[in-house]
Amino acid sequence: MIGEGIQSTNQRKHSYVQDRVEVGFFTDPSVCIGCKACEVACKEWNHVPDDGFTWSGNSYDNTGHLGASTWRHVMFLEQDRQKGNQVTGPMSLDDDPFRWVFLSDVCKHCEEAGCLEACPTGSIVRTEVGSVLVQNDVCNGCGYCVVSCPFGVIDRRPEPLHDAGGAFKCTFCYDRQKSGLVPACAKVCPTESIVFGRLDDLRARGAERVQQLKQSGYNDAQLYDPTETSVRGIHAFFLILGEPEAYGLPPKPQIPTIYLKSAWTSAFATAIASIIATLAAFALFS
Amino acid sequence: MTSNSPSEKRLEELREQAWKDGVVPGKGVDVAGGPIPRKPGYYGQPVVKPPVWTWEIPLYFFFGGMAGMSAVIATGSVLFHHVDLARAAMWLAVIGGAVLSPILLIMDLGRPHLFLNMLRVFKHRSAMSMGAWILSAFGACVVPGLIALELHAHQVFPGALDQLLRAAAGIFIFASAIFGTLLATYTGVLIGATAIPAWFLHRTLLPIHFGTAGLGSAAAVLELLGHRTPALNFLGFYAAAVETALLIWLSVDKHGTADRAIHEHGSGWLIRIGEILNGPLALVLRFFSFGPMAALSFLIGSLVSRIGWIAVGKVSGSDPESVFAAERY
Repeated sequence: MIGEGIQSTNQRKHSYVQDRVEVGFFTDPSVCIGCKACEVACKEWNHVPDDGFTWSGNSYDNTGHLGASTWRHVMFLEQDRQKGNQVTGPMSLDDDPFRWVFLSDVCKHCEEAGCLEACPTGSIVRTEVGSVLVQNDVCNGCGYCVVSCPFGVIDRRPEPLHDAGGAFKCTFCYDRQKSGLVPACAKVCPTESIVFGRLDDLRARGAERVQQLKQSGYNDAQLYDPTETSVRGIHAFFLILGEPEAYGLPPKPQIPTIYLKSAWTSAFATAIASIIATLAAFALFS
Repeated sequence: MTSNSPSEKRLEELREQAWKDGVVPGKGVDVAGGPIPRKPGYYGQPVVKPPVWTWEIPLYFFFGGMAGMSAVIATGSVLFHHVDLARAAMWLAVIGGAVLSPILLIMDLGRPHLFLNMLRVFKHRSAMSMGAWILSAFGACVVPGLIALELHAHQVFPGALDQLLRAAAGIFIFASAIFGTLLATYTGVLIGATAIPAWFLHRTLLPIHFGTAGLGSAAAVLELLGHRTPALNFLGFYAAAVETALLIWLSVDKHGTADRAIHEHGSGWLIRIGEILNGPLALVLRFFSFGPMAALSFLIGSLVSRIGWIAVGKVSGSDPESVFAAERY
């Protein structure tokens, strides 16, 4: 919480990896100032290569989207909606509500992870703290995780970047966590918009924050944590203002393995039909 | 200064519209990031990631499907004593399934030198892992199957050894047929069980399409190689009839915005052209006894539709509205 200083979970040493405690990120746009310190800290600590710079023309967002070389992405939403108890009217010609929302997006570390299930090399694993990790020396760059992530997070890094060819995404700073350190993005966040901690604590804290915001007039504040779908919840969850679509978040994300049964049934039926057709062809015309 | 000329009037109109709406859309002018973004989702950014696969993958689907189903034709030929046809089919299975397919798959990897990591684990919940094992098992059966068949056909060894080779050829060819049918159909599961809307919405159709296109392609190549037998002609009819039915299914089973990549854009045209070539056109040509023409039409059609399905994935995966719309299904 803001004002906790070195007592904050973002600044304390911990032993979550040794204690096998499920951890997570709670990201709260209502206190985000859009400084992008999380993006910089992530790139610097993890040696994520520079993948070029372009002006997007989309507010202050020149990062674009999460990908192989972008593991934190600060979104800048411009909406014609009221923000909290914002007063509209006197400042403009007519009643003209406007809000600017910043939210730092990251890999969701799903409870049921599409990328992890899809990976044919066993490169993607679940860690002691419940996060999803790509073991980069094992990945052969088949690209199947890319189409299996319901959030479009993981991607294959293109040439000529360093370490090209493999799939990359947020590691939840597993290396830091093993040494009792907090992930780089949470450590640097000046307003604690990104909070790192025990998943159960964070979920309680998120629910509390939504109540607080609603009392302050943020009527469309809600938690984005799809526990009701086949993804069964995410370890890096968000507080959002308005609908998830505006943040590029799917309202009902599904893990693609739920489609396996019908697809394999169809495949087996086709296999049997092909064998029967072939045998019939030879039996009838020999 | 005001003027009555049309060009000045146009400029005044633009000023009025800018004042009224706060933004002026126009040809070649992107106002997505204007004061309030007007694109779907987050500035129109893709919600899921489109596939990174390039030209190798549709070619692999084509050759893998043809090779896998060739082994089925080889089994039929062996059972009904068409040794020459069995040899040709097994050669096709080896070249397509044990040579071209692995090369294409390895070429498509981001790190080709680590291809053996595919066999590090066995994950039945990953269609990619199952595919790697199916392809390996297929290769391990077709190569000895072909060798045993050729040695037996040329009577290289006498007596008991030849009988042993005959039995070995039979067993390996039968095993190849089992793995072959899976090789030809699993690719439909592979792309059907993903987060790409136009793919997962058609996960039942895809394995039928890929498997049947594989069977038809195998029969077509064998016909073009000179094996113009009634049995292969029957298989040509069967495959073209199934593909025609699938074309009708695809045109009826529409999901609007969610699978518009199949019905719109260049990707939609690829699907349509491919399905017409290996469906109705191949069927009609075969009906009027233009066998080789029908075979050629089917082959081109199944290659084009494979390219089309990968193109559909790229378009559908880049379209945020498709992802949101697909969540209703």
